[in-house]
Amino acid sequence: MSVTVKVPTQLRSITGGAAEISGNGGRLTEVIDDLEGRYPGLRKKLLDETGQLRRFVNIYLGEEDVRFLGGLSTEIDDGKTLAIIPAVAGGAM
Amino acid sequence: MKYVTGLTCRECGETHPLVPQAACDECFGPLELAYDYPAIAAEISRDSIAAGPTSIWRYDKLLPSPNEGRIDLGAGWTPLREAPRLAAELGLKKLWLKFEGTNPTHSFKDRVVTVALSVARSLGYEVAACASTGNLANSVAAHAAASGMKSRVFIPVDLEAAKIAGTTVFGGDVIGVTGSYDDVNRLCTELASERRWAFVNVNFRPFYSEGSKTLAFEVVEQLGWRSPDAVVIPVASGSLLTKFAKGLEELTKVRLIEGEATALHGAQAQGCSPVATAFEQGATEVTPVKPRTIAKSLAIGNPGDGYHALKEVRSRDGSVTAVAEPRVAEGIKLLARTEGIFTETAGGVTVATLEQLVRDGRIAPDQETVALITGIGLKTIEALGEVRPTAIVRASVEEVTDVLGEE
Repeated sequence: MSVTVKVPTQLRSITGGAAEISGNGGRLTEVIDDLEGRYPGLRKKLLDETGQLRRFVNIYLGEEDVRFLGGLSTEIDDGKTLAIIPAVAGGAM
Repeated sequence: MKYVTGLTCRECGETHPLVPQAACDECFGPLELAYDYPAIAAEISRDSIAAGPTSIWRYDKLLPSPNEGRIDLGAGWTPLREAPRLAAELGLKKLWLKFEGTNPTHSFKDRVVTVALSVARSLGYEVAACASTGNLANSVAAHAAASGMKSRVFIPVDLEAAKIAGTTVFGGDVIGVTGSYDDVNRLCTELASERRWAFVNVNFRPFYSEGSKTLAFEVVEQLGWRSPDAVVIPVASGSLLTKFAKGLEELTKVRLIEGEATALHGAQAQGCSPVATAFEQGATEVTPVKPRTIAKSLAIGNPGDGYHALKEVRSRDGSVTAVAEPRVAEGIKLLARTEGIFTETAGGVTVATLEQLVRDGRIAPDQETVALITGIGLKTIEALGEVRPTAIVRASVEEVTDVLGEE
């Protein structure tokens, strides 16, 4: 499955400055493996030592946080958009 | 910013130059301002603070304070009021209310906005922006208007009418976003990557959140340079609680006090209580939720500082407690009835949580306690449901007597 991946400024040094890249894979974890092949170092930015999504990284499939879907096992439909967004919440208290 | 040395990642310790950026390049952890505390300790004193302005800027040495051109509407130095009638009703010996409704736009958000926009303008930014549940929107729009900056404010489309009116009146752009605050926040994080706008709570977050420390500074100064036994703080992102703790610690570091052992208690409403849930379960991580609470200013389902707020309350012998939704309005009315303060839903959550903490024995009757009442009730009158007079009469003494009796 081919997806568009939106890249935050913090990761653009790895993607050669690109704000959008494309990835392949049936599940999120496979997409990350695919991206790591072409953009070495990306996986380490997204996943911690135990292979879990880092605490301060949010990944959205379309409009939804993957933590509400299947986490790293989330199934990725062809043509969807993944957005990697740093967690900087807090308009309120 | 004489005493600020740079930005440090709270997670991995990586240091960064002083630029508007909230997340660490290495691990996405939150960036924090670092200060030269020994230099501050050498120059700050209780007297020098007392001689400063009656605003948050009396603590300028402990803030990212630009050398000139502050955007200052007078945020801070709000009253710390003793609350004997509420204390008696709850069974506490000594209770104080830090009432933030006297700020320029009637909530504690003016503290963080004056800091963030002062820094933003000193760096040449011309557009002030934010993701907001309402109070922040009011404050950003007002501070931008008063300084000649443009404002672009992003809010969930279903906000309370008074919070929308209290933003649009200042003449900036107000964009209602379909979805929850978490959706608005995500949108603004993307926009902050693409536009040269000063999003006070996104790219300027490390500066912005420093303003919250001034609540701790003021509480301690107003108690005669003494830290209370317990403080009850509303929790949405967890930033206010985390920064209140940082403020207390800094007072010791710069030797304005000789240490403290203040318990911090977080307050949430059950319709959006991911941090309270994690606390009760003994979890270190916060699992995000979809918010469904009447307390819209606390409706953050994926709290960015939840993890750190949990660490703070645990290390300080505190808690995070959630109260049932109907108790939010009851808390608002209890505070109004006993102390003559009309607070918004977040204040209702705080008062109801305080009541629960005393009932559960998490705050003992003899613990001197401070509750942070972070904004005014006129912005969220919807929370009170249908409101009407006690009775409607003709202009006749007889009819009043019929309703209220002879006394």
